[in-house]
Amino acid sequence: MSNALIRLQDIRVGFAGQAVLQDVQLSVKPGEIVTLIGPNGAGKTTLVRAVLGLLKPDSGTVWRTPKLRIGYMPQKLQVDASLPLSVLRFLRLVPGVDRARALAALAEVGAPQVLDSPLQSISGGELQRVLLARALLREPQLLVLDEPVQGVDVAGQAELYSLITRLRDRYGCGVLMVSHDLHLVMSTTDQVICLNRHVCCSGHPEQVSNDPVFVEMFGEDAKSLAIYHHRHDHAHDLHGAVVSQPGLSIHGPAHIHGPGCKH
Amino acid sequence: MPEFLLNALLAGLALALVAGPLGSFVVWRRMAYFGDTLAHAALLGVAVGLLLDVSPTLAVTVGCVLLAVLLITLQQRQPLAADTLLGILAPSTLSLGLVVLSFNREVRIDLLGYLFGDLLAVGPSDLLWIVAGSALVLTCLLALWRQLLAVTVHEQLAQVEGLPVAGLRLALVLLIALVIAVAMKIVGVLLITSLLIIPAAAAQRHARTPEQMAIGASLLGMLAVAGGLSLSWFEDTPAGPSIVVCAAGLFLLSLALPRRTP
Repeated sequence: MSNALIRLQDIRVGFAGQAVLQDVQLSVKPGEIVTLIGPNGAGKTTLVRAVLGLLKPDSGTVWRTPKLRIGYMPQKLQVDASLPLSVLRFLRLVPGVDRARALAALAEVGAPQVLDSPLQSISGGELQRVLLARALLREPQLLVLDEPVQGVDVAGQAELYSLITRLRDRYGCGVLMVSHDLHLVMSTTDQVICLNRHVCCSGHPEQVSNDPVFVEMFGEDAKSLAIYHHRHDHAHDLHGAVVSQPGLSIHGPAHIHGPGCKH
Repeated sequence: MPEFLLNALLAGLALALVAGPLGSFVVWRRMAYFGDTLAHAALLGVAVGLLLDVSPTLAVTVGCVLLAVLLITLQQRQPLAADTLLGILAPSTLSLGLVVLSFNREVRIDLLGYLFGDLLAVGPSDLLWIVAGSALVLTCLLALWRQLLAVTVHEQLAQVEGLPVAGLRLALVLLIALVIAVAMKIVGVLLITSLLIIPAAAAQRHARTPEQMAIGASLLGMLAVAGGLSLSWFEDTPAGPSIVVCAAGLFLLSLALPRRTP
C-alpha cells in the first residue's frame, strides 16, 4: 500500500443530495492494472474524475504521489468540425513534442499512418489510438483510461487491450481503466473493482484463453481477455439503493475474490 | 487621402488584424451568440458610463465581464439552455441600455453611431486607443495561443495536463470584451460579431491548420475593411455596414472557390 501512486479513502460524492459514490476505497501501484466495472450510473466516471482531480469529493481523502504525471485518455473527443487540426498538431499540444516524437508515439500504438490526417477524418478505432498516444507523450506514471475500447469492434478491443498491457510492461506505469463490459476485462488486470455507487466487490479475474466460446469469438486474441465472475451479497433497486435479497445479508463482510476463487 | 479617411482605415485594419485570431476562437468554441450578447450589453455599459461619468470604454469592458460572470452563474443554477439565457440577456441588456440612456437628458448622444458604428468620425485619440487596445489583445492572444487551443480541443484533458482552464476561459471572455469595446466605434454594437465571425468562417474552408485560419481571417477582415471604406468613400454608403457587406461578399466567394485537396 505504501508505494501506491494514488490512494482514495472513504470517498463520498453526491449530486443534488443524492449520493453517487459512498465509502469507496481505491489505490493504484506502479505497474498495476486496476479495472473499474459497473452498470450505467454506477459512478465510474465520477470516480475517475475524482482520481484526476477534476472533482473534489464531499468527504474522504485523495492522496497522490507528489508531482504525479497522469496520462489521461478521455471517453470521447469532440472537436468542432470548423477547427482545422491534424493529428500531428493535436499531439503537439503537449508541450515539448516534435514531429519525430509524435510519430514514434503513434507507431507505438500502431497508427503511424494518420499523422498528417485531419483529426475529424480518422476512424473511431484510430482516434482511440491517437488519444492513447497523446497520453503516452506525457510520459505518465499513471495512465487513466476511460472506456478505452468504446466503439471498437471485438477483435480491435482485444488488440487494444494487449497494446495497453505492452505499454504497462514497457513503461512500468500504473493503469486505471474503466471497462465498458460488465464481465469481460483484460487478462492482465491485477484487480477488478465492481462499482455500483459503492464498491460491491473486488478481486482478480480469470483467464479465458482456454474457453472455446471466447477463442471462437476473439481468435488468438482471447489470450488478452479474462472474465470477472462475481456474485453480490446484496442487490440494487432501480434507484441504485441497496436492497436485501432473500438469503443474502446486506453489507455483510465483503467477499474479496482471490486467484483461486471459483463461483 | 484626407486625414479622417486615413484614421478610419488604420483603425479598421488594426481591429481586423486582431479580430481574425479571436474570431477563429469564437467560431471553434461556438461562441457566436455569446459574443453577440456581450456586444448588446456594451450599449448598457455606454449608458451607465455616461451616467456615472466614467470612460465608456472602461464601462463597456467592465459591463461585458459582469455579464459573462452572470451568464456562467445562471448556467450553473438553473436548467435553461445557454442559448435561451443568451436570448434573454441580449435584448434585455440592449433595452436596459436604451432606457438608461433616456434618463440622461443632459447628454445627447448619437445612438445610431453606437449601434452601427461611426468609423469616419474616428479622431487621433480614438485611433490611438483602438491601435493600443488591438495590440494588447493581439499580444495576449499570441502568448496564450497554445494553451487556448488545448482548452478548445478538450477542456478536461487540458485540465488534467495542468492548464488553468477556468482562468483561460475567463481570459478569452476578457479579450472578447476588450475587442468589443474597441470595435464599437468602428462597426457599432449590432455589427461587432460579424467582424469576428465572417472573416474566420470565410478562411475556415481553405485552412489546414488553426494558424492558417487565424491569419487568413485577419487578411480577409483587412480586405473587407479596405473594400468597405472604398465603397463608403465613392458611393457615400455608411462605413460600418459597408465593411460587413464586403466581409459577407468575401464569405460567399470563399464558398464558391474550390476547396484545396489535402
